[in-house]
Amino acid sequence: MSAMTDPPRPSFRLSQLIYDTRYRSITIQVVALVLLCAAFWWLIDNTVENLAVLGKDFDFGFLGDRAGYDINQMLIPYDNSMSHGRAALVGILNTMLVAFLGCVTATVIGVFAGVLRLSKNWVVSRLMAVYVEGFRNVPLLLWIVLIFALMTEATPQPRDFREGGSASMILGDSVAITNRGVFLPMPTWGDGAAVLGLVVVLSLIGAYLYRRHARKVLYDSGRLLPMVWPALAIAIVPAVVVYFAFAMSTGSAQVRLMAADATEGQSVAAYGEAQGSLSVCVPEGTIGLNVQRLLRGQDLRYSESVFATEAMAIDAFRNGDCNMVAVPAGMEQPLLGNPDIAVSALSESTTRGAPVQFEKPVLGGFNFEGGVQVRNSLLALWLALALYTGAFIAEIVRAGILAVSKGQSEAAFALGMRPNRTMNLVILPQAMRVIVPPLISQFLNLTKNSSLAIAVGYMDVRATLGGISINQTGRELEGMLLLGMFYLALSLVISGAMNIYNNRSRLKER
Amino acid sequence: MADPAIDANVTPPRMEVSEEIAVQITDMNKWYGSFHVLRDINLTVHRGERIVICGPSGSGKSTLIRCINALEEHQKGRIEVDGTLLSSDLKNIDKIRSEVGMCFQHFNLFPHLTILENCTLAPIWVRKTPKKEAEQAAMHFLEKVKIPDQANKYPGQLSGGQQQRVAIARSLCMKPRIMLFDEPTSALDPEMIKEVLDTMIELAEEGMTMLCVTHEMGFAQAVANRVIFMDQGQIVEQNEPKEFFNNPKSDRTKLFLSQILGH
Repeated sequence: MSAMTDPPRPSFRLSQLIYDTRYRSITIQVVALVLLCAAFWWLIDNTVENLAVLGKDFDFGFLGDRAGYDINQMLIPYDNSMSHGRAALVGILNTMLVAFLGCVTATVIGVFAGVLRLSKNWVVSRLMAVYVEGFRNVPLLLWIVLIFALMTEATPQPRDFREGGSASMILGDSVAITNRGVFLPMPTWGDGAAVLGLVVVLSLIGAYLYRRHARKVLYDSGRLLPMVWPALAIAIVPAVVVYFAFAMSTGSAQVRLMAADATEGQSVAAYGEAQGSLSVCVPEGTIGLNVQRLLRGQDLRYSESVFATEAMAIDAFRNGDCNMVAVPAGMEQPLLGNPDIAVSALSESTTRGAPVQFEKPVLGGFNFEGGVQVRNSLLALWLALALYTGAFIAEIVRAGILAVSKGQSEAAFALGMRPNRTMNLVILPQAMRVIVPPLISQFLNLTKNSSLAIAVGYMDVRATLGGISINQTGRELEGMLLLGMFYLALSLVISGAMNIYNNRSRLKER
Repeated sequence: MADPAIDANVTPPRMEVSEEIAVQITDMNKWYGSFHVLRDINLTVHRGERIVICGPSGSGKSTLIRCINALEEHQKGRIEVDGTLLSSDLKNIDKIRSEVGMCFQHFNLFPHLTILENCTLAPIWVRKTPKKEAEQAAMHFLEKVKIPDQANKYPGQLSGGQQQRVAIARSLCMKPRIMLFDEPTSALDPEMIKEVLDTMIELAEEGMTMLCVTHEMGFAQAVANRVIFMDQGQIVEQNEPKEFFNNPKSDRTKLFLSQILGH
């Protein structure tokens, strides 16, 4: 029997750490780890030392201190007596607003431009190429500044909207584009607004269920129900019916203006002349809006106090807070036959109003009042981010569509499928898989690029927490850490949500 | 050619060919820009006929059969499929496409759908077949091509030969009266060629009208009623397989056959 020999035991030499593939990777990893730890240690040690030299500690307590500065765009109530934390929250919401608007608009623009760039029409495809190349190859900051400059320089001032001025409002005198921003009508809620909202939500769900039902019918019986028109009707018709039902019934109920020390049936104008000054107590919502329209329509000067409910407005009137009050039909009881104050109805009256009415912006003094002001800083940032990112998304969409081989549509055509159905059932589901991953990174880019708000003075989180708050409190380390963590968290949320979608639609192979 | 897939000594099955005309092509011409791809093509295919089209690459054979179901547009001449004139009228195109099945060189299965969904997509959305019926029919045809157990897998999980058989089943689910094959085995390993050819032979034995672009000369000898040789956009020669291979008429055919069979 031959003696079994052990395999030759390799003797370990030091040079093997570098030249032997078995040890080489471990060596490299150990060296990298040591270097990394050293770098971190140096950073932290340096920070601690420097803070000590400056006599500072590491404390987030400043977030509870009074901020003391104003913010020109607030999505939640805020004033300068509130805390730095609250100011940061206002900034966070502003960042999320512009990021959301930008992502949605960029996607719409990108999809259109990407598809049109593939158009067989030479002019259309060239135009889209010019758009894409123009925006991709010029820095975003320049576009933001350029668009902001256009908006502030090329638009009229509010005073140009005065009678005889050079500018006028558009869309039935409801929208004013000025160098201070765009003024839009603001929705005001009346009776049945909650019901209307519920109906809108339910009918959207209904439209979705109908589409599912139509697909089920197709699968079960082979009958292809029309998809688009019934779904649209289900989504729209109930809301319109409910709107008009409320507008015709409770909405058309009378609201009378009642006044102290007036003669029955006196007009507001005459009453105002007799009293010297007019003040009116109104409830929130469409009643208040309608009273406002009534008084403004007569060109009267007056002051207005707004209350949460009709009863509260009437109570305030009885306490003498104002000399007129809006009284809906059926609520006259606490006022009539009251010996303390002589109350009588004026000749003018209005109605409770529809579930939704729009309060138009009106030029008053030096600027527009009422409505919603969308500042030029937001518009410029939004537009520039959307157009810039849209150009990148257009390329992603184009690549996605081109990535689906021509054979796929040919196979669908050969099976007798029409182009639109081929697009929906065969091409798009495949193109989306190519499009979504780079789309995620474009959304992340847009969100982080929104910090270029600094160029146009948009009050995002970088401007509040990462700007004024840091300057005032000297907590730059804490502030920048929080700012970094916010952007990190937002990015993780966006990419997490998109990854869920991506995983659900991934191609299965093997 | 010593083709391992097909035993050429087997006598070709002589199925009945009816007098009914399935495809009639008259004086058809096609250009790609200024390039004249197809010149004066005249071809009559009877119901039940199995035609193999061969020729060097670039001779227009694929283009010819792609014109039959309007994947390519022809500029001159007439194509009539099952009595329906192929024009720019969408209704006619739809009608023809639903009667003509096609298999491609690269299978072109829909990778985002399962095998079963691949087979039921068109029956449900084009033929408006109820889903259950469509699935039963699909399973029937998948059994016929011998892969019913793969029904719930995705195309990427199947081998090339299996994918091509699924593609055949997918076409059959539309119950076509004519089948077009565009080099169905050119992208396959030699081992898989046989399983696809066997499926096609089975189909031929059932009397399906077939037009097949292929270089599988063994298949041509075993199954075809007629072999057509094309070169430079023209039909150079057509004949019964035996005559075609043993006694080619034109020099171009001789050269082609010597090259393809000689190696």
